[in-house]
Amino acid sequence: MRSESLKKATIFCGVILTAIFSLGPFLLFVSSAFKTQGQLTAIPPQWLPAFSLEFFASAFKRYRIIGYLLNSTIVAGSTTLITMFLGTLAGYALARLPRQLAQSILIGILACSMFPQISIAGPIWRFLRLVGWLNTYQGLILPYVALTLPLSVWILTIFFQDIPRELESAALVDGCTRFGILGRIILPISLPGVFTAAILSFIYAWNEFFLALLIMTDPSMQTMPVGIALFQGEHTIPWGEIAAASFITTAPLVFMVLLFQGRIISGLSAGAVKG
Amino acid sequence: MIERDQRLYFALLIPASLLLLFFIVVPIGESIFLSFHRLIIGLPQLQNPFVGLDNYRELLLDPVARHSFLITCVFVAVSTFFELLLGLSMALLINHRFPGRGALRACVLIPWAIPTVVAAQMWRFLLNDAYGMINYIVFGSITSSYIPWLARPKTALGAIIIADIWKTSSFAALIILAGLQVIPEELYQAAKVDGARVWQRFRYITWPLIRPALLVALLFRTIDAFRVFDLPFVMTQGGPADATNVLQLYGYKKMFVEGWMGYGSAISVCIFVIVLILSITYVRMVGRNLFEASS
Repeated sequence: MRSESLKKATIFCGVILTAIFSLGPFLLFVSSAFKTQGQLTAIPPQWLPAFSLEFFASAFKRYRIIGYLLNSTIVAGSTTLITMFLGTLAGYALARLPRQLAQSILIGILACSMFPQISIAGPIWRFLRLVGWLNTYQGLILPYVALTLPLSVWILTIFFQDIPRELESAALVDGCTRFGILGRIILPISLPGVFTAAILSFIYAWNEFFLALLIMTDPSMQTMPVGIALFQGEHTIPWGEIAAASFITTAPLVFMVLLFQGRIISGLSAGAVKG
Repeated sequence: MIERDQRLYFALLIPASLLLLFFIVVPIGESIFLSFHRLIIGLPQLQNPFVGLDNYRELLLDPVARHSFLITCVFVAVSTFFELLLGLSMALLINHRFPGRGALRACVLIPWAIPTVVAAQMWRFLLNDAYGMINYIVFGSITSSYIPWLARPKTALGAIIIADIWKTSSFAALIILAGLQVIPEELYQAAKVDGARVWQRFRYITWPLIRPALLVALLFRTIDAFRVFDLPFVMTQGGPADATNVLQLYGYKKMFVEGWMGYGSAISVCIFVIVLILSITYVRMVGRNLFEASS
């Protein structure tokens, strides 16, 4: 009996510590977005914000973050759509090709995601400059699709493999075309897998910084992460506005985590469990 | 019929393969090619003469590059170690059944989900030398003893390591958790009946069975830590005195700030080779049973 309550106490302490570790710093930071200028620099710190919106107003008016937000939405949205389209085709093919062959191809595809971005950055930049695609949406979206494809193809292949082939042969007999099968049978069944891959691709494209920094040098084309990294005040660092912009950038992500944590976890650990 | 099917499957693979070829495989090849040439952005009149191994020779003698390599290794070793340790602890905790478990899992995911740039600004704000909350927690209201954490070489590297641990321990936790969840409950029950203590159950059941998942987390984290960029870029710009000038940041500066495309490519090829060796190790150890478990 004693060891049972000891165990409960240990778990309780662990839960509290983990929650403070994961959320504490983040809450301290984003809550600053709701402080006033005076509160922000006060010593001792004022832990509870006054729920002022002055930093949000200033972030929108003086720093025009609506433009960054729009760029991020266009880039991350398009990346997700294109990756899902190409990933579905490739994942379906890999799930239906002979195992041995599919496995070799899949390892090759996965290997592409292991490489450091810097070893592809120079040539991609040179190519985009050559064709005049620096500071364009397609210039950033295409590399993002290439970088999000491997994990998506992986997740989708695993999902498609679980769909029995008999279902397809039955549909073929009924006169369904190949693409009809993909669209009307495979996709609806594997929607959870497509959705998982889509969430992970979106989060990647929404958060990516390195390539966005290189490719989008024109402030009117920059995405949120670049905007947040390069935020400059006239004399001091505008912490309130940075916190406000960070709050806006992370809000959709936090929302996704709360709603779809099960999917995100299963998608991320797909590799680990199957391996 | 079957042959026609196969042709269709290959056709379906073409668009994705072309994109990967064009934006990943070819650029890597071109980086290797460029690393044997002298190429400076903004000085096109130099052409780009072939210089053989000159860039690599220079790199070996470059004190900044050697220092950069050293601190990158320190960063990778320390951050990966603590990420796995914390990840394992969190995974063991979440694997238990308790009220609010789902909520805790969501909390743990938050640091992973937010942009690294936001995490970097967050730590920069909390470590601020004038009114940062960490200084207040350590020194109270005695502002004269506040430390400019990011302006001192040792604490700056430490700060970036802590920021990375905060940001990615949850990823390690998820991978390890996935490994924990496939361990059958009956094993623990049987061990309990045999009188095994908590530590013994961990040592003889949990540990050997989660080693594969730990290995996956270790290699993913090592590979990812080698390409750290966002955190030092935002928090310290590589300073003070190159104390946080990690390899990818140094390569970026050479290529895109100073314009030394050839020399920067040599740096990027070195990072690529290190990561490639790690990846091959990974595929060797884990890739073999990729499909067996899923089928």
